[in-house]
Amino acid sequence: MSKDIRLLQGNEACALGAIYAGCDFFGGYPITPSTEVAEEMALMLPKKGGKFIQMEDEIAGIGTILGAAAAGAKAMTATSGPGFSLMMELLGYGCMAEIPCVIVNVQRGGPSTGLPTKGAQADMMQARWGTHGDHPTIALCPSSVEESFKLTVKAFNLAEKFRMPVILLLDEFIGHMREKMQMPAPGELELYTHPQPTVSPAEYTHYGDGSSVGGPYASMGSGYRFNITGLTHDQHGFPTGRSDEIQWKMDRLKDKIEKHRPELLEVDQEFMDDAEIAVFSYGGAARSAQQAIREARARGIKVGLVRPTTIWPFPDQALEEILRKVKTVIVAEISQGQLLGEIQRLNQTHTKVIPVQRYDGEMLTPNEVLNAIVEVTK
Amino acid sequence: MRMHPSYEMLRPGKKFPHVWCPGCGHGIVQGAIIRAVQKLGWSRDEMVMVSGIGCSSRMPVYVDFNSLHTAHGRAIAFATGVKLHNPKLHVIVITGDGDALAIGGNHFIHAARRNADLTVILMNNNIYGMTGGQYSPTTPIGKRASTAPYGTAERDFDPCALAKAAGAAFTARGVAYNALELEKLIETALTKKGFSLVEAISPCPTLYGRLNKEGNAVKMLQWQKANTINIKAAEKLPVDQVAGKIITGIFHDVETVPYTEIYDQIIKKAQGK
Repeated sequence: MSKDIRLLQGNEACALGAIYAGCDFFGGYPITPSTEVAEEMALMLPKKGGKFIQMEDEIAGIGTILGAAAAGAKAMTATSGPGFSLMMELLGYGCMAEIPCVIVNVQRGGPSTGLPTKGAQADMMQARWGTHGDHPTIALCPSSVEESFKLTVKAFNLAEKFRMPVILLLDEFIGHMREKMQMPAPGELELYTHPQPTVSPAEYTHYGDGSSVGGPYASMGSGYRFNITGLTHDQHGFPTGRSDEIQWKMDRLKDKIEKHRPELLEVDQEFMDDAEIAVFSYGGAARSAQQAIREARARGIKVGLVRPTTIWPFPDQALEEILRKVKTVIVAEISQGQLLGEIQRLNQTHTKVIPVQRYDGEMLTPNEVLNAIVEVTK
Repeated sequence: MRMHPSYEMLRPGKKFPHVWCPGCGHGIVQGAIIRAVQKLGWSRDEMVMVSGIGCSSRMPVYVDFNSLHTAHGRAIAFATGVKLHNPKLHVIVITGDGDALAIGGNHFIHAARRNADLTVILMNNNIYGMTGGQYSPTTPIGKRASTAPYGTAERDFDPCALAKAAGAAFTARGVAYNALELEKLIETALTKKGFSLVEAISPCPTLYGRLNKEGNAVKMLQWQKANTINIKAAEKLPVDQVAGKIITGIFHDVETVPYTEIYDQIIKKAQGK
């Protein structure tokens, strides 16, 4: 069979990845620079018998996908900065009610209306801490068009397995960049769909103890009647004010991530075997870091790239080990230091950490990263 | 011993007692909804009750349907997703005047415009009950609330007129006092294709009644009885006899093709069928 090779934007690859993953519902509101995701879904979903709906605002966009997902859909929305801000309350609702869905945020410059057509990586902390209350977050960050496809598929798998909204944190650079990619053949990438319950409706509990990760849960209308609420609830989904039940729920939300970190975390490393300098970068910025490292290697500098594709939960252990191992760490990002802050939190050994940042709407260039690497060797 | 007719549709045990105050009209509306569903012979499994936040929005916890208690103002957005994904389900939205018309106003008008196949039961008590009696978009001008100690300076919405103007297929109003009429209106709304609204005027003696010196629960219901005119009767009366009264009945009823059916046509078109 001939290979299916296409020239695609990151946003288009994200939409194609969603379809590959079995997404059958998209609800959203147009916003630059994410709109191509919605446009592609509007085109493709009806062909597959799926549903696309353009809602009246981003709050309705996430609301409608949560409703569809509660009724059994594999659902997605896509937005950017201001829209992501509007979605925060219902993102928390999805976490509390444990409804699987994928939320794509194609990051643009902020705050406020900021830079609609220019990229940034400054929503990393919002993805983690934008909602009120304690809850874990899963966020994935692609650095290429191909990764945009594959991490969208992974986002759906994780959403289904962990029963929660998963954030795909794209940025405008990758979202609008065109690259060649080979389309995965059907069956090539693993797809996960949560199992349906097998117990009788009378025995069914929607938030049964054993079903927080990889366990069965029912859809509305499937014959299992249950309650979903954003209020803190017991294992049946009914509101509770009892401290033992509140503790149970909060621990359940926390543990499902904390106890499964290894299968969630992914850190790509290049040239790290003998590296004395490590460049920490992710998403769009990592492409410039990658190029800079290749050029530095050509000059004989022992430098490598550390690039988390899972940014939340943050890969503490892997990055801490590297901080202990290398002499200098360069943190390259398109923000005023959101990644840097996390690295500093982990830096117990007081390894020298040098930020390379840009937040003027332009892409961080390979030269800027290379200059920082060369400066370290002087 | 005979079981209460609503019992089979309720969630007994730990879900009761409910949060509604003595004299609140919401239980009467709940009873009317249950009887309407029973009359239609629909099973609990095919019913989805979606609500927002507020006193009325607590209803889904008590009724043994598929139930989705969402965030403030967002019930209609969630319900649209449920219905569009699985059009076989009967989706009822339970909302209040603040939930539907203030924080959720945008979703309310757009669901009516796109003719989403939902039945919205808007329980209008003219006040924010759960937060302690603040004025809502349906608090009449001059009436008192905890945030309008001298009377509100704002005009109120007519939810039925708003929904009709936005494109609803069906709008009707009933009052808690006349539970049988309310039940009939809800039954008709449930069988209606497209966006249907039943505004159920429900007294709040604890807050609205007390703040506006309208008396206790019984007095408020008696006031409803004395001041309610069915639209058919109202049409024959001179204007001055209708002013200030609550008009009940069906205001707007047209045959439409609902959003979900139009979307099915779009799927066929996309698939080249």
